[in-house]
Order: sequence, then structure tokens, then C-alpha cells
Amino acid sequence: MELDSLYQEVILDHYKHPQHKGLNPVYTAQVSHVNTSCGDEITLNLNVENNVITSITWDGQGCSISQASVSMLSDLVTDKTLEQADAIVKSFSELMASKGTAAGDPEVLEDAVVFAGVSKFPGRVKCALLGWMAFKDAAIQSQGESK
Amino acid sequence: MSFSVAEVRKDFPIFERTIRDGKRLVYLDSGATAQKPWVVINAESDFYSKHNAAVHRGAHQLAEEATDAYEGAREIVAKFIGGQESEVIFTKSATESINLVAYAMGNALSGNRFALSASDSIVVTEMEHHANLIPWQQLAARTGAQLKWFNVTQDSRLDLSNIDQVITANTKVVAVTHQSNVLGTINPLEAIVKRAHEVGAVVVLDACQSVPHMSVNVVELDVDFLAFSGHKAVGPTGVGVLWGKAELLDELPPFLTGGSMIENVTMTTATWAPVPQKFEAGVPNMAQAVGLGAACKYLSELGMDAVREHEIALTGYALEKMSSIDGIRIVGPLENVARGATVSFTLAEIHPHDIGQYVDSQGVAVRTGHHCAWPLARAMNVPATTRASFYLYNDERDVDALVEALLGAQKYFGRF
Repeated sequence: MELDSLYQEVILDHYKHPQHKGLNPVYTAQVSHVNTSCGDEITLNLNVENNVITSITWDGQGCSISQASVSMLSDLVTDKTLEQADAIVKSFSELMASKGTAAGDPEVLEDAVVFAGVSKFPGRVKCALLGWMAFKDAAIQSQGESK
Repeated sequence: MSFSVAEVRKDFPIFERTIRDGKRLVYLDSGATAQKPWVVINAESDFYSKHNAAVHRGAHQLAEEATDAYEGAREIVAKFIGGQESEVIFTKSATESINLVAYAMGNALSGNRFALSASDSIVVTEMEHHANLIPWQQLAARTGAQLKWFNVTQDSRLDLSNIDQVITANTKVVAVTHQSNVLGTINPLEAIVKRAHEVGAVVVLDACQSVPHMSVNVVELDVDFLAFSGHKAVGPTGVGVLWGKAELLDELPPFLTGGSMIENVTMTTATWAPVPQKFEAGVPNMAQAVGLGAACKYLSELGMDAVREHEIALTGYALEKMSSIDGIRIVGPLENVARGATVSFTLAEIHPHDIGQYVDSQGVAVRTGHHCAWPLARAMNVPATTRASFYLYNDERDVDALVEALLGAQKYFGRF
């Protein structure tokens, strides 16, 4: 079933057991983003020390795609430098823009390649990107802040 | 003549197609936009292929025919809502209709009955669609007037217990929806109109969700302005209606200015054409207005009382069937009284977007989200809902398909 390419097991697993959920009060940047089409909201706290992401935590509500996506993102970028994280975000954004034609680079995206299926559903790309855009915003804000 | 959904469906070509690999189309999103019957599609097409010319100008036969078709549509629409032709203004959407009133009021100079100041208030309700909330928020911000509102009770009705404190001698405008696009609640206009008129305020009615579904008569309702969109009433997109009482439209300053709306122009001054031209600057959406005329004629021939009766029966069936689903919460009146055929709900922990995606895979089209009524979602304590909105071409089979798809979604997302 076409639907199964969207709702992969690993996505539903992250949805049921979200990682890094619950805000860490220590952060270099805090951002709140909202998906205006459905009202899903996310607040994301990012802590960067010496250019390395030491903590990424979030809270919010949303559909399985948006929640699983930010959960996987948090796993992926923890302990990475801002440059490494930026490359991951770029790779994920390209995958989301691929309209189902790309498979994603497992070297860079690891488990997040399962979102390749989401890119076939134009209505859901925004859901998948919600946390990533929040992170991108927080990373830019943290560049000046981190020591 | 008894109302036959099977016959009605034959008028709508879209039901000839299938969805998601051969599934029957179960269209439950008429609250967003209605499907179109052939008579509407043909009316719009015929205008372009046979009569196209700019209305109200041009000394030629096509211009005459185009003007006749356009003004003929105005006559049909006026009759459809029980108003006068000269009181019907074509806009591009209901959103524009409401903005027209709000911006025109903002243009009123001191001495005009519509002029607002910091000592005045504008009253709305917590269940408004953004289209009947934000124009008033903005008008309040521009004029300093106070924005007040009626709250919504947990049983999805307007709380009018403090009506005399909300609508006061300072109130200039009361803007309210006839039927909530989320809850389905039909509001008790009589009490609101009575109180508003007692204090000299005008009532602006958002009738987007009522005019397509029931017999609406502006004289009987005694509202002062009424807005609805064409595309929710089986008409084309790109056309909306603003109806207003003649004497109020006369006093209301114009909103958009330019060609067609003037009486006389010099290099420094202009005077206005009589209503409705005063509010129809520029070449209007002619083919769309003509299509809306065809839509109102189509609905009149079916009979709006018959449409309403059909929807009441279908809503009763839907409420009963849907209530039997484990974990469902219907966000709207549970009793089939003073409510329309819009049923919003949440289903346990499954996010509406995921529900929408799953039922779509079964051919069932619903809307998910806050439905452009974000404050209402907050008041009802739901981040988002799934909304099934039924119309004249839906029947019990569609309800059954929805229920079956919802049970399927529970199974699908309950896998882990």
C-alpha cells in the first residue's frame, strides 16, 4: 500500500517514543515555529558549545510525521559541529524537495532516509520540515552565541 | 418532489471519476468548497465562448449580452436570499465582502453613522472563521475601537448570558457567523439582532456556511449586511456576495475606487455611482458571477428546504454512527438541533493530519487542522480536528465509508 511508504515503522516508532522531547533549560537559542496550515507547534532549545551541539531538546504537538522527524533530527545532530549539522539539514531538505525521486544518503541521514516516502506526499513535506526549519533557525542564532 | 441524492449526483461530473486507485470518491469537504454541477460549469463556459465582453460599457451587442447575463445573475442571487437587486454586490470572495464592509467603515468620516472612534466597540464571537475576525481586529486597531466577543460554551453554543454587557450603547458593529464552519452550530440570530438594533449597531452576518445549505432570507433575519461565497454554494471560485440594506449601502463610503464606480470625475474630485456600482470598481468577475447565478438557480430548483431536510437527516445518521466509534470526541453540538451538516472530531491520540491521510487512502476526502478558526480550536481545547462536512450530494453510504475508514485508521496507527 502506498500509505506504507509514508508511515514507515521507524517513523511510527519515533512518534510513539519521541527522543529529546522535554525542554532543557540550558540553551544558546530557543525558537518556536508553527505550521500555519494545521496549527502544529514546536519549541526547540539548542545548546552549542565551542561550535558543537551539546544539547537539542524540543516540545510541541503535531502529527506523526512532524514529531518523528524532529525526534530523528535531534538524534542526528547531537554532538555534531554546526557545519556538520548544516550539511545534514541541506541533505534532508534536498530529499524533501525530491518529489519521490531521491532515496537520500544513508551516510549522512542515517535512519532519516525513511522520510524519502514523505516527499511523494506534497501535503506532508511541511510536516516533515517543521522541526528542521526550527533547528536551522536556532543554529543560525547560536552561531554568534556559542563560545 | 422528493430529494434524490442519486439524481443530484448525476449533475456533478466529478463523481464520475475515482480516487486513489479506483476508489469511489467520498467527498466530505464541502465546507471548504463544494463540487460543481454541469449547469454551473456550462454557464461559465458559455459566457466565455458566446457572450464575453466587459459589462456596463461598450456600444456593441456582446457588451449588451454580457451585461444582461451579469445583471441577470444579480437578480437571481437577490431573489435567492430574499433581497433587492440593488442591494447585491459582487465581490471576489466572502472574505473580500467582509473586508469591504470593514475597510469602508474605516473610511467613514466623523458624522457618518459608520465612523468609529476609541469610545466605540466592535463585537465578534469566539467561533468566527478568521475571515470574520481579522478584518474586525484590524479595524479596531486602526480606529482605536474596542474589540469584544461572545465566548463559546463547552457544548459548542454561543454564551449569550452576558449579551447586554457585550453589546452596549457603544457598540457599532456585531459581526457573527450564521453557522460555524467547525462546530456546525447554527447561531440564534434573533436575540443578537434584537439587542444590536436596540443599541443602534449593525449586524454583519457571515453566511458562508448557511446560504448553501438552508433557506436564508435577509428580510426575515433582519441582519444589516450578509456575506457568502459562490464556491461553497456549488458556484465558481472567484465570486462572492455582499448584501446590505439599501439605506446602509448608500451611507457606507466606498472601499475600492476606480473605474465603473464613479458618477463624475475631475482631476481632483470624484462622486460615486449609485449602489451597487459604487462598490464594484473595475471590470468584475463576470463569468463567475454568471456561474453563481446558475448555481443559485440550480439550488432554488432543488429547493433549499429540501436540501436542509436532507442534511438534517444525514447529520442525524452521521452523529449516531460516528458516536459509536471508540475514542471519538465530536467537537460540536451532539444533539441534532440548530446545527448543520458539519461534523468535526478528534479520534483518541491519532493526529488529525494522520487521520486525514489514512482516510484519503480509502477515497474519503476530509479537512484537517484548525479550519481557519484558531481561537475556536483553543477555546475547545483541541490543537486541531478532522472535519467531515456533508452536502446535497452525500448520502448514508458516504457516512458508512467515513466510519469504516476511521476504524481502519485506528487499526493502522494502533499497530505499535
